[in-house]
Amino acid sequence: MIEKEIVIKNRAGLHTRPAATLVKMAAKYKAEFYIVKDGLEINAKSIIGVMTLAAEQGSKLLLRFDGEDEQEACAAIVGLFERGFDESLV
Amino acid sequence: MSPSPEITLHGIAAAPGIVTGKVFVYTKNVPHIEEKTVPPEDAEKEIERLQNAVARSEKELQKILSFAEQKIGNNKAKIFDAQIMILSDKILLDSIYKRIKKEHKNAEFIVHGEITKYQQLMLNSADEYMRERAHDVEDVKNRIIRNIQEQKLISRFEGGSIVVSQSLTPADTILFSRNEILGYATDMGGVTSHAALLSRSLKIPAVVGLKDVTAHVHTGDGMILDGYSGVIIVNPSEETILRYKRRGREMARFEHGLSELKELPAQTIDGKLIELSSNIEFADEIRFTKAQGSHGVGLYRAEGLLMGRDAFPSEEEQYKEYKAIAERVFPSKVIMRTFDIGGDKVVAQSYAEENPFLGWRGIRVALDRPETFLTQMRAMLRASTKKNIWVMFPMVSSLREVRKAKELVEKAKSSLRAEKIPFDEHLKIGVMIEVPSAAVLAGDIAKEVDFLSIGTNDLIQYLLAVDRGNDIVSQLYQEFEPAVILTIRHIIKEAHKNKIPVSMCGEMAGDPIATLLLLGLGLDEFSVIPSVLPEIKKIIRSVTLREAQKIAAKALTFSVHEEVKEFLVNNVKRLAPDIPLPG
Repeated sequence: MIEKEIVIKNRAGLHTRPAATLVKMAAKYKAEFYIVKDGLEINAKSIIGVMTLAAEQGSKLLLRFDGEDEQEACAAIVGLFERGFDESLV
Repeated sequence: MSPSPEITLHGIAAAPGIVTGKVFVYTKNVPHIEEKTVPPEDAEKEIERLQNAVARSEKELQKILSFAEQKIGNNKAKIFDAQIMILSDKILLDSIYKRIKKEHKNAEFIVHGEITKYQQLMLNSADEYMRERAHDVEDVKNRIIRNIQEQKLISRFEGGSIVVSQSLTPADTILFSRNEILGYATDMGGVTSHAALLSRSLKIPAVVGLKDVTAHVHTGDGMILDGYSGVIIVNPSEETILRYKRRGREMARFEHGLSELKELPAQTIDGKLIELSSNIEFADEIRFTKAQGSHGVGLYRAEGLLMGRDAFPSEEEQYKEYKAIAERVFPSKVIMRTFDIGGDKVVAQSYAEENPFLGWRGIRVALDRPETFLTQMRAMLRASTKKNIWVMFPMVSSLREVRKAKELVEKAKSSLRAEKIPFDEHLKIGVMIEVPSAAVLAGDIAKEVDFLSIGTNDLIQYLLAVDRGNDIVSQLYQEFEPAVILTIRHIIKEAHKNKIPVSMCGEMAGDPIATLLLLGLGLDEFSVIPSVLPEIKKIIRSVTLREAQKIAAKALTFSVHEEVKEFLVNNVKRLAPDIPLPG
C-alpha cells in the first residue's frame, strides 16, 4: 500500500470534468484507490464518490493505492493532479 | 373581460437577449416513491428492473449528449459525461444491488436512499459550484427512478414559448432547446448554475432566481423576458411590448459594437479615471465580470455563503471563499460587505418582526452577536494578505455603531497578531450609507473610516418612505427625486472634505440615465451588475468631467423628478446616442 498527500492546483477544484477524468484514469489500474479528505474516505473509482468530495482549489487530499500495480497507478494519478487535470485555466 | 394587470418580476440576468412570447409552465414530475417489501425470491427480478431502467436512462442521456455536442461543442457537453458515468458507477450500483437483496425492498426505494446520501454530502459543501452539482446528481436519480416506474419523458411541446419552471436541469435545458424555445425563466438558480451556463452557450435568453415566478403565471400567458437586466413582465401591454422590442433591437446593435470597449479604461474625455467595478455574490461570477471588461468588485455580498444553511459557516470556510475572491480579483480590489441579514435568516428568532425593514438587520445583528462578527472579520483579515480587500458594514445608523464595529475589527486583528497569522495591517474600513441618519452624519462618519459606499436601493426607500415591493406606492420610488439627489451630493461632498473616496453599489449606479449626474456630483466608483458594465463605461467615456459637473449643477435646479429625468435622458441621447435607454 502507498499513500501520497497532494494539494489541488487547478482553479475550479475537483469539479465535474476533472472528477470524470480521474475516475477514468483510475479504472485503468487494478489497484484499489481511495481518497481521504477531512476525515471522509471515498472510493475514487466511483464517480459519485469523487463528486461528493467537493474538493476546491487548495484542498489537501490523501491518496491511497493498494494492489499489484499501485506504483504505476500512483504515478499516473499524481501526474494528473500536478498537471491540473490538463484543463485550461479559465 | 378586463385585461390582466402587468406584473414585473426581478431576478438574475443569466443569459442576454430580449424575447416576447407565450408562457409554457413546465412542472417537473417529482417521482412518487413508495417503500415496498419484496419477497427474497423476487430480489433478482427487482435488480433486473433496475438494470433495465439504468440502460434506458443511459440511452436517454447518450441522446442528450450527442445533441449537446452538436449544439454547444464537445467540451461543454462533457458535463453530461459525468451523469452517464454515474449510471455505470460499479461501486454505486453494487451497493444498491446488495441493499436490495439484503433489505428486501423495491428498487426505487433503495436507489432513492442510496443516491440521496451522496447528494446530502454535496449540499453540505461551502462551495456554490459543488452545491449546484447536487442538482445534477438529483437529475440522474430522478431519471433512473422514472425509468424504473416506466414513465415517459416529456421533452416536446409547442415551439416558440418561454419555458417557466421552478428549476431546470442541464438535460432539460438542452432537450427543450430542440423546440425553438424563446427563453427560460426559473424560480431558482444563480449565474453559475449549469442551466444558466448552458443557456448562454445556446444563446437562449434566461432570467433565473426569480423566487416565485411559477406562482404568478399560467401556460399561455403573455410574457416579456429581458435577459440583459434580469426582468420579466407578465401580461405586458401593447405599449410595453413595443418598448421592449425597441430596446431589444437597440441592445443587439449595441452589443455588436462592444468588443472594442472591453480593454479601454473607464475614463472621461479629459482624463478623469473612474473606478468601474461589479457587484457579485459568488467567486465564480468573476470570470463573467472580467469578460465584461471590469476587474474590481465594488460589492461582494457574503450572504451567498449562507444560502440553504441553518448555521453560520466556519471561519475556515469563509476564509477559503474570501481568499478565492481576493486572488481572482487581484491586482484590483474587492469591497466585501459583512453579513447583511435579518436575524431570522440564520439565527432562530422567537418572534416574527412586524417591520423587518426597520428591524434587526445588518450591523445591528453583528453587534448583538459579536462572536459571529469576529469570526467573519478574522476570515476577511486572513484573506487580506494581498492587500486588496476593503471591508464595509451595512445598515449603519449611528457613529456609536461605527466605533463598536471598529473596536471588534481591532479585537480580531489582535487575536490574529497573537497567533502570528499574517493579515493586512492597513485593511480599509468603510460604511455603507443606506440609512438617512447615516447620510446626514456622512461628514462625521467620514472622519472615522477609509471610504463610504452609497447603497441607493435602501437609501431611497428609507428616505422617501416607500416600499418598492408595495404596488400601491411603488411608483413613488424615484431615483431622481430632488431629495435623493441632494442627499447623494451631501454624502459625496462630506466624504471628499475628509479626503476619502465614495462608491455607489445600488441599482442607481447601473442606470445609464444616472451616470452623467453621478459623475458630475463627483462619485469615485460605480459598482454595477455585470450586464450593464459596457453601457456605463461608454457613457463615462463620452463626456468631460467639466461638462458632467455642469449637467449635475443644472439637474439640481429642477424641482420635479420627471424634469430631472427628461433632462438627463436628453443629455445621454446627445452625448452617447447609441446607448439603449431602459423605460
